[in-house]
Amino acid sequence: MKSRLARALTVFLLPGALFVLWFAISDSSGNFFFPPLRKILSAFADVWLDAGSASDIVPSLLRLAAGFSASLVFALTVGILLGSSKVARDYTEPVFEFFRAIPPTVMIPVLLVISGIGDVSKIVVISFGCLWPMLLNTVEGVRSADPVLNDTCRVYGIGGLRRLLVFTLPAASPQIVTGMRTGLSIAIVLMVISEMFASRNGIGFTIIQFQRTFAIPEMWSGILLLGLIGVALSLLMRVVELSVLYWYEGARARS
Amino acid sequence: MTANDWTVDDQRSTSPMLAIRQLRKVYESSDRTVEAIRDVTFSLRKGELVCIVGPSGAGKTTLLRCIAGLLEPTSGEVVLAGKPVSGPSPGMAVVFQEYGRSLFPWMRVRQNVELPLKEKGKPPNERRRLVEESLEAVGLKDAGDAYPWQLSGGMQQRVAIARAIAYEPKVLLMDEPFASVDAQTRSELEDLVRSIWARLSATIVFVTHDIDEAVYLGDRVVTLSASPTTVMKDVAIDLGTERNQLETRASPRFGQLRGQIYGLIKNAKQQGRGPGSGM
Repeated sequence: MKSRLARALTVFLLPGALFVLWFAISDSSGNFFFPPLRKILSAFADVWLDAGSASDIVPSLLRLAAGFSASLVFALTVGILLGSSKVARDYTEPVFEFFRAIPPTVMIPVLLVISGIGDVSKIVVISFGCLWPMLLNTVEGVRSADPVLNDTCRVYGIGGLRRLLVFTLPAASPQIVTGMRTGLSIAIVLMVISEMFASRNGIGFTIIQFQRTFAIPEMWSGILLLGLIGVALSLLMRVVELSVLYWYEGARARS
Repeated sequence: MTANDWTVDDQRSTSPMLAIRQLRKVYESSDRTVEAIRDVTFSLRKGELVCIVGPSGAGKTTLLRCIAGLLEPTSGEVVLAGKPVSGPSPGMAVVFQEYGRSLFPWMRVRQNVELPLKEKGKPPNERRRLVEESLEAVGLKDAGDAYPWQLSGGMQQRVAIARAIAYEPKVLLMDEPFASVDAQTRSELEDLVRSIWARLSATIVFVTHDIDEAVYLGDRVVTLSASPTTVMKDVAIDLGTERNQLETRASPRFGQLRGQIYGLIKNAKQQGRGPGSGM
């Protein structure tokens, strides 16, 4: 049983080594487009650790949160309804397959024309993109709930809201969480890209500004920030996963 | 939990607790019609333990599902304590064969047993009492805080049984509950069923494919024919109320009854292979 220290060491060993390697190799770099890590880090401190940076990180994350939550709510409600009804699935599946195949980034110019460069169009793009994995996974999770558990609920008269809370949702939760993980990755990508096309603020907007004004170390610092945000959100997702799926590993190991 | 807690509604011991009359079930699909059950009629008085056996494919599970109200029969009726059954009823509890899949893995044992009682609207201290007593009755007094998947198969089935008896049903239905456990555990669980039956004066319908088990457990053994199913014979088991795995099973009377039922089933199988049968 590894001690906490040893476990922390294994987590940070490779990233740490790569970081040092990057620092060392790039230090003498004269290439304009691949500046030394030293410069990127000082640009990072200047740009993002400044009080004014809040005006770009916060709106981005808020749009991400809004888009992701809207999709999650929709995916859960519609997913549960569809998962419970074969007839509904038969009618809606072809339409979903069509929409799911559209790359969400393609919607950006369309939404630009419809709703301008404000927050709404970006939130809609994020929602549209991360909806499909969450919706389809929820439908599958509800559809494939164990029929023996379903019979148990019928025998003991467990129905309505109680049935939803103690049977349908927990039974579908492994699939739902898988959908959420995929949806989150897509949402982060769309958050950035939507800001690169048409925006007044945000992380993606800032990075593109740096690119256009050839502020290369600053541009790279933005990319570094995105990586860190991605890791942070992934950890947050993991916390959610552990609290919702505490039973899953044990139950699966059994069967 | 005393014998009196098990429904005092039906005071008249002469009218049946559970009556199945001319039950018929036909499955219709676009290309074929299958008559799974043709005509099943039998009944149970309060406090009887009746076993149902039949050859494979005899529709035992279909029959149990119809009795439980999980499946609607094509014709005929199921009457529980004088009231016809039209769907799952609070007067019946079922113990399924797949014990691992009938317990909610995200809830602890105690919560699993308690859940149906919440639905019945029992107050918290009443629920706590029923849960504790039923867990003790199945020998799982200390397992309340475990998750089902942390327990062995036999223990999981005990939890399912505890849940069923905590529900205080008028009739307990058991659908081949020990088919998936090992032989030693099966013996223990068979004796557990008999002890619960004696302690609570329960009315039990026990479906099994194991003839020995049916004779060992039952007051009567209802022997089904092959599909399309009818009742071939309702065999009374006169082995007394005190039974144990070693002596009862070794007794000559046990052998006779077993042989009788075995013969019936063997004939049923052969008839089933003839022309004109449903499958």
